[in-house]
Amino acid sequence: MSFVVIKLVSQRIALGLLLLLAATVLIFIGTQILPGDVAQSILGQSATPEALANLRRDLGLNEPALNRYFSWLGNALQGDLGTALTNGKDIAESISGRLNNTLFLAACAAVVSIPLAIFLGLLAVRYRNRWPDKMISAITLATISVPEFILGYIVMYFVAVKLQWLPSVAIVRPDMSVFDRFEAVAMPVIVLTFVVLAHMMRMTRAAILNVMESAYIETAELKGLSAFRIIASHAMPNAISPIVNVVMLNLAYLVVGVVVVEVVFVYPGMGQYLVDHVSKRDVPVVQATGLIFAAVYILLNTTADIIAILANPRLRHPK
Amino acid sequence: MSELLRVRDLKIGAHVIPPDGDPFDIEIVHGVSFDLKKGQVLGLIGESGAGKSTIGLSALAYGRGGVEITGGEVFINGSDILKDSLGNLRKLRGHVVTYVSQSAAASFNPAKKLMNQVTESCIQHNLCSQSEAEERAVTLFRKLGLPEPETIGDRYPHQVSGGQLQRVMTAMALCPQPDLVVFDEPTTALDVTTQIDVLAAIKEAIRDTGVGALYITHDLAVVAQVSDQIMVLQNGNTVEYGDTEQIINRPAEAYTQALVSIRSAEHAEKLPTDAPVLKVDGISARYPGTKFDVLNDVSLELRPGQTLAIVGESGSGKSTLARTITGLLPQRSGEITFDGRGLTQTLAERSKEDLRELQMIYQMADVAMNPRQTIAMIIGRPLEFYFGLRGSERDKRVRELMDEIELGPEFLSRYPAELSGGQKQRVCIARALAAKPKLIICDEVTSALDPLVADGILKLLLNLQKIEGVSYLFITHDLATVKSIADTIAVMHRGKVVRYGPKSQVLSPPFDDYTDLLLSSVPEMKSGWLEDVIAHRKMESAGN
Repeated sequence: MSFVVIKLVSQRIALGLLLLLAATVLIFIGTQILPGDVAQSILGQSATPEALANLRRDLGLNEPALNRYFSWLGNALQGDLGTALTNGKDIAESISGRLNNTLFLAACAAVVSIPLAIFLGLLAVRYRNRWPDKMISAITLATISVPEFILGYIVMYFVAVKLQWLPSVAIVRPDMSVFDRFEAVAMPVIVLTFVVLAHMMRMTRAAILNVMESAYIETAELKGLSAFRIIASHAMPNAISPIVNVVMLNLAYLVVGVVVVEVVFVYPGMGQYLVDHVSKRDVPVVQATGLIFAAVYILLNTTADIIAILANPRLRHPK
Repeated sequence: MSELLRVRDLKIGAHVIPPDGDPFDIEIVHGVSFDLKKGQVLGLIGESGAGKSTIGLSALAYGRGGVEITGGEVFINGSDILKDSLGNLRKLRGHVVTYVSQSAAASFNPAKKLMNQVTESCIQHNLCSQSEAEERAVTLFRKLGLPEPETIGDRYPHQVSGGQLQRVMTAMALCPQPDLVVFDEPTTALDVTTQIDVLAAIKEAIRDTGVGALYITHDLAVVAQVSDQIMVLQNGNTVEYGDTEQIINRPAEAYTQALVSIRSAEHAEKLPTDAPVLKVDGISARYPGTKFDVLNDVSLELRPGQTLAIVGESGSGKSTLARTITGLLPQRSGEITFDGRGLTQTLAERSKEDLRELQMIYQMADVAMNPRQTIAMIIGRPLEFYFGLRGSERDKRVRELMDEIELGPEFLSRYPAELSGGQKQRVCIARALAAKPKLIICDEVTSALDPLVADGILKLLLNLQKIEGVSYLFITHDLATVKSIADTIAVMHRGKVVRYGPKSQVLSPPFDDYTDLLLSSVPEMKSGWLEDVIAHRKMESAGN
């Protein structure tokens, strides 16, 4: 491992942490300017002004914003995400199960979609501008163009209603077996795969085609290598960083952006939890979920950057 | 000796898709025939567009880009490979016939170790085991004079120099022990002092392995060193085909004679005259963020109406000197005096007069022009900018300039893409002249051009100097060019001027070591030159 690589990687990590800090500021400001009043929504329309004032004081809402920010940040750093205003439960505890569910769904979708997208991308390059390429492009573009909630209902209609292979909701409970879990997430996974496939597949195709113009690809051809061997062994290693970037972006989307799909399939993940509590003005919960989403996003993108650095032979093996 | 390659009436076409308009087909090679016996070398020579690379690749039945072999026969070891299926061609490529390209730097996969790439053909064609292939590779590395032959294969392409990479590529081509190697300008991108070593290594490898070779180049002096026969090509036709000795010493065709006797541009050295137009005094410069002086205490003078040639290899700092004089790279110390007045370090502080009187012409004429402007607009722009000429006045001056660069008025409405390389360079010269400069910096202006075209440009520059009295700071790596154009010469090496003076003095003995190396490395058009130089150098190093 060279000095340059260590320096660049530590820069990325430091930048990621800085970004996370900036994200906490944004999340806090965002929740402060959220319209509505927590005390009001807890006590309802008929609450007396005295009761509202008491509750605000008890919740610490009268403190200056800066103090509240730092005490929230300090607690969050120690793993204490606070208690939900609406039901008084510890947020970290209620989130952990849901986060697991969301990560499980995301992981399943990733395991299906990433290899599929890269394989389809390679296939599209191999048969560039011929019918397999055009068909792959047409189908993946069609699926990405349909809004995911419509896609969700279409899949539900065919798989659950017409064919009756699977139940129409994807409820998972802690006591379910692994197999049952897979069955439950099958439909959301199909929808998520449709949503992220096109982006990753097209990026793989473009990145490899870009590399295929290089003189060293001609060298490989003149060595008598087969077309697929050239693509997989000579073009792919040089196309890794753009591909990893788009894969990580989509992984982040699978964790952070599944809100709609979770709601459609009534899947008990982070997205549903977030939507529920935004409507209830439960600020600590919104902050906590926002923080986790931001952390996941930054973590994945920083990982992509680090992989891109490690994949560059010029940085890995300096002169 | 048995026959290795027989090409009969080879026709090659290209499918052209212009940016605007309908695609069309053109023929670029019009029926070429030749033979090659085992262990022999055939030189294919010609200017760009002659079709020599295209013919070379036809020995692998390969067409680059939209190029396609449209007719004729290519026999390798008696069978016509143009009739082969793609599967059979894959067995031929990288096994029976291999290829060495001009730019080894671009032709190696940057993500893979050299050894993997060198042995890949052997493994692909099941010729031997990985360890056997690596043994072969190390033997070849040693034979080709590469440093640390046992371990150089563990490096990545960016970790070795250009000359070494070119030798590794030769090893890659020889590793599967082919019958035929196609060398496509293997030394063109190298410095002269590196070229000579690579050339000697290639020649020795060809002799020791008994492989047949097609050697493609535009440099007759280079091909004279390695080939048994030479075929001269022009615009996809054979001009002359015969033994090397006959082609160089008794060329029959006018075109070959022109190629042999290139560099007719000549002029007598002018004597030092009045005050210098440019005085560079003790300049040192480095690029931002580096700790290394690219220019180290450089002092030079250039007289009005004369030419100062800066000669050096890549990395000698000659282009950096031009950047410092033009203000693109501020110097760290030293002074530049232009026409009696001091020049500011940075471009932004210079007056319009300074900018006008100091013009530049570049190596790559096509990227130095806006592709969306006509020639009239390109040449007219400095007239508007510096002199405020408009309308008919400007058009009249543009026509005068076109006369000076010997291009007809029909070019005025054309775009740069419609011009040849030499014509583009002429337009760049006219654009520089339009500003009525006192000094023109010419940065490798003939390096990208074919020898005959380059010769025309040099003659034009000399002629314009006579008429306009303009001075040239002429930067080049090519000593032959220097001989024809310079009055004063400065030889640069690693950021320093190692030899400086009037042309007659710089090019006469006694030489310093570096100038001697540089001068003796320029290929000469006689057979046996390469062996003489190598033998001479071995003797000298033994003497030391």
